[in-house]
Amino acid sequence: MATHTHKKRKVEPIQYQMAADLPAPVQGPTAKEKKYDRQLRLWGATGQTALENSHVLLINSGSGAVGVETLKNLILPGIGDFTIQESTVVTEEHLGVNFFLEEEDVGRYRAERTCALLNELNPDVRGHAITEPIETFLSSPDALKPYTLILVTAPIRPEHLSKIAAHAASALVPLFYIHSVGYYSHFSLQLPPVYPIVDTHPSPESTTDLRLLRPWPELLQFAEAQTQGLESMAADDHGHIPYIAIILHFLEVWKKEHDGQAPRNYKEKSAFRDMVSAAARRDTPEGGEENFDEAVAAVLKSLNPPEPSSAVKELFKEPECKDVKRESASFWIIANAVAHFYAKHGVIPVPGSVPDMKARSADYIELQNIYKMKARNDVAKVLQSVRDLEQSLQRETKIEEKDVEAFCKNAAHIRLVRGRPIHVVQAGQTIQWGDRAKALAQSVTFEDSLLPLHIAFLAYDSFTSSHGNDGFAWSTDPKSDNQEMSVIANKILDDLIQEAGITVEEEEDSSVKRTLGFHVHELCRAGGGELINIASLTAGLVSQEAIKVITEQYIPVDNTCLFDGVRSKTEVVRV
Amino acid sequence: MESTQETRAKWKYLDTILSRRGPFTDPEWTPGAPQIDILSTAKILGAGGLGCELLKNLALSGFKDIHVIDMDTIDVSNLNRQFLFRQADVGKYKAEVAARFVEKRVKGVKITPYCGKIQDKDEEYYMQFAMVICGLDSIEARRWINATLVGMVDENNPDSMKPLVDGGTEGFKGHARVVIPTMTSCIECQLDMHAPRAAVPLCTLATIPRQPQHCIEWAHLIAWEEERKDITLDNDDPEHITWLYQKALKRAEEFNIPGVTYSMTQGVVKNIIPAIASTNAIIAASCCNEAFKLLTNSNPFLGFPGTGNYMMYTGDESVYTYTFEHLQRSDCPVCSQENLARPLQVDPTITLQEFLDGLAERPESQLKKPSIRTEEKSLYYQFPPDLEKQTRPNLTKKLLEIVSDGEEVAITDPAFPLQFKYKMIFK
Ligand SMILES: [Zn+2]
Repeated sequence: MATHTHKKRKVEPIQYQMAADLPAPVQGPTAKEKKYDRQLRLWGATGQTALENSHVLLINSGSGAVGVETLKNLILPGIGDFTIQESTVVTEEHLGVNFFLEEEDVGRYRAERTCALLNELNPDVRGHAITEPIETFLSSPDALKPYTLILVTAPIRPEHLSKIAAHAASALVPLFYIHSVGYYSHFSLQLPPVYPIVDTHPSPESTTDLRLLRPWPELLQFAEAQTQGLESMAADDHGHIPYIAIILHFLEVWKKEHDGQAPRNYKEKSAFRDMVSAAARRDTPEGGEENFDEAVAAVLKSLNPPEPSSAVKELFKEPECKDVKRESASFWIIANAVAHFYAKHGVIPVPGSVPDMKARSADYIELQNIYKMKARNDVAKVLQSVRDLEQSLQRETKIEEKDVEAFCKNAAHIRLVRGRPIHVVQAGQTIQWGDRAKALAQSVTFEDSLLPLHIAFLAYDSFTSSHGNDGFAWSTDPKSDNQEMSVIANKILDDLIQEAGITVEEEEDSSVKRTLGFHVHELCRAGGGELINIASLTAGLVSQEAIKVITEQYIPVDNTCLFDGVRSKTEVVRV
Repeated sequence: MESTQETRAKWKYLDTILSRRGPFTDPEWTPGAPQIDILSTAKILGAGGLGCELLKNLALSGFKDIHVIDMDTIDVSNLNRQFLFRQADVGKYKAEVAARFVEKRVKGVKITPYCGKIQDKDEEYYMQFAMVICGLDSIEARRWINATLVGMVDENNPDSMKPLVDGGTEGFKGHARVVIPTMTSCIECQLDMHAPRAAVPLCTLATIPRQPQHCIEWAHLIAWEEERKDITLDNDDPEHITWLYQKALKRAEEFNIPGVTYSMTQGVVKNIIPAIASTNAIIAASCCNEAFKLLTNSNPFLGFPGTGNYMMYTGDESVYTYTFEHLQRSDCPVCSQENLARPLQVDPTITLQEFLDGLAERPESQLKKPSIRTEEKSLYYQFPPDLEKQTRPNLTKKLLEIVSDGEEVAITDPAFPLQFKYKMIFK
């Protein structure tokens, strides 16, 4: 977990203090640090700065709740600016689903009124409203330029959505396209084609990489010193040997008996574990030793060769990594250098952190320093490659050392998301699923899959666009809407299966179509309206993902998320 | 009925859904007026830290008579997510400010605040509600309301069954669940899903600190007691936190331990759990969605016996939910009809004191002030003082001296209105 670093706060020695044994008094946290304390513990000062430099645009429509609720969840944690674009005028039914409208707002521009009430939430954030109709707003060439993230809520005319999506793609700006209809919701996130995340915040358990099968001389010396005269050691010393030293010591013993080989398979590891366990002393008041218990518990998970994950190996194979250019992003230059390190040493850089374990303070700190030093040496090697690359590629600006450090520390958990364009449904046109067709067509028949709900939303878009969403009114009898939308939905499903070139058994086909029919029915039931709970929950999800992509921390949805408020389930699919 | 139609205009979207059958509504369900009436007449109670989101969602879900309980006052660190509060409200009661705000914004809703603890109220009070929705931040308060609502169930009075919707968050994670008292798994049945964090042994703090947190805990638990015993530690007093921070920092320097910061000191001492607007919104909305479905029957809801009753949410790596049915436990001390004793594995050689201390940390018990007796004799009582004194000598005895393998014990704790039965199984 990232902790907040206090750049501004310096602990300075105070002159008049006579007693040198008390550390200097500190200034407490700033007002901003106090207000944002609960979130700074998650994304830290760098994440907060990224939020404060963002400008989020909401292109709002429909009953209007999901977009405004999303902004609420972004204004509270402190984005820099937000802008709401819509020419909608407030009607009475908007009041029943929008908390950020008042009775007297009926007849006024919704963008202005929601903006004004949202503005009260956080004095650090600046809000703006654009009441120009979307046609003219989008017709000015630089209309979308100021924004670092765009939220679009359905319904929207496909030609407008296409235009926004094209801008987002070329400007490398994240775009969310959101539906909240009755009990269902959906959002798709269009990210740039290359979206790497270094600071993924993996769980602490998964980050431990102790290299016990690839120890280096300093670590071995430490283990040897710690375990010298193990059998005759005083009880208190014996009970405080760090478990890493215990494992390393017995590995040496094991290797002597096994032609220099460490335990390779489950059976050998179990035997090795028994060997460690047998060396624990039982004549203690507790009937055992905590450090030996820790060693025994760590055997199976830490006696693995330090192989990087398949995701990291894939990263090394990406064309952008292999073929770096003068204008390559810093990420790829560092990735290339780390790949080079891996090719040369057969391992990725040591992350350098050591879990807490039973040990005396000084021994633990010494061990910690051994790992830190190793990590620093590995960083130095990677940094040297980076500098060599910079020189040979004649790059103008130097990559910061802290970026290389962060990359090496997180190397095992780095993620690359390949953003894909969102689906813009044009009435009467067949949707192209591309290289995802096969996988999706196969999974659409899985029981409990929410992919049929995605198809229902595509049908929903096709239906609303063919009726022209401006003057379009939902039928008072949902049956006719239902029938028309079902025909469209079934066609989208058939087209998907056809594009995938697979055959689906008739029984499965009719089962999926029945599910699809249910989803379409439930969507039509809402008559185009939102329920506050579904809008609010969806806004929570969207704002969470927006924060991830703004801070470039944690792992975002790739690329579509569906929520079924009937069964309280979500599913993420890549479409 | 013209006037009603006029006032329903703003509820057009809500009424549309309530007036139409869906593919998943029960064939016997009657759409329209009866459901709208239920919303307008039902009294509903919301409690705890998710309060702002709960009140907004309930008010815009068409509920008209909402009660809210919260003992807390507004702190500046609430402002990053509790959107009904402003800088100028810091120090005021949350329930009061939130109620006034929502009443002003959503015309026609009545919100009754109570600034205090849920434990202040009795069964008669809870009996007036159609259901209770909680976003309480302590497990103790959750167990109390759960035990109270389960205890209220009277088989001859269907109105005595008050569904409990419970939500909680921690950083990017959270849960929403529904308890139908005595019919489905209750919060006590699910206690082991909320295991307390393991405490660092005192001897580590006292003699061999290794982590910055160890130094802070030392300052907090040991140094303060030694040097400032006469001053009651106030976690919200910056001078106190600064003192602890400086103590911890100095100790860390002595042991060459890097990483003690003011922020970390605050976090450790106050046991701060990260909290963000987005997770709050997700969990509160999920709770209100279930409450709305439960009351209007406009779609299947979590907690219907035999279906899912628990939604687990994780949002740090993509978006993930796991919705499942947690089964009722036949040995649940709160909701089981059979009232079986829950088996508890114990080491017979530990003392009664060690056993009782362990109850606070064991995921299946989590009792901080336990009193214990067997069917024959009292083993240890915290109160009254006479009985405490009389039973105190047992604390140093080994378990095997005072109970036998397989024997049942009853444990009570002042935090809960019931007794816990355990079967002592010797390891
Ligand atoms: Zn139970």
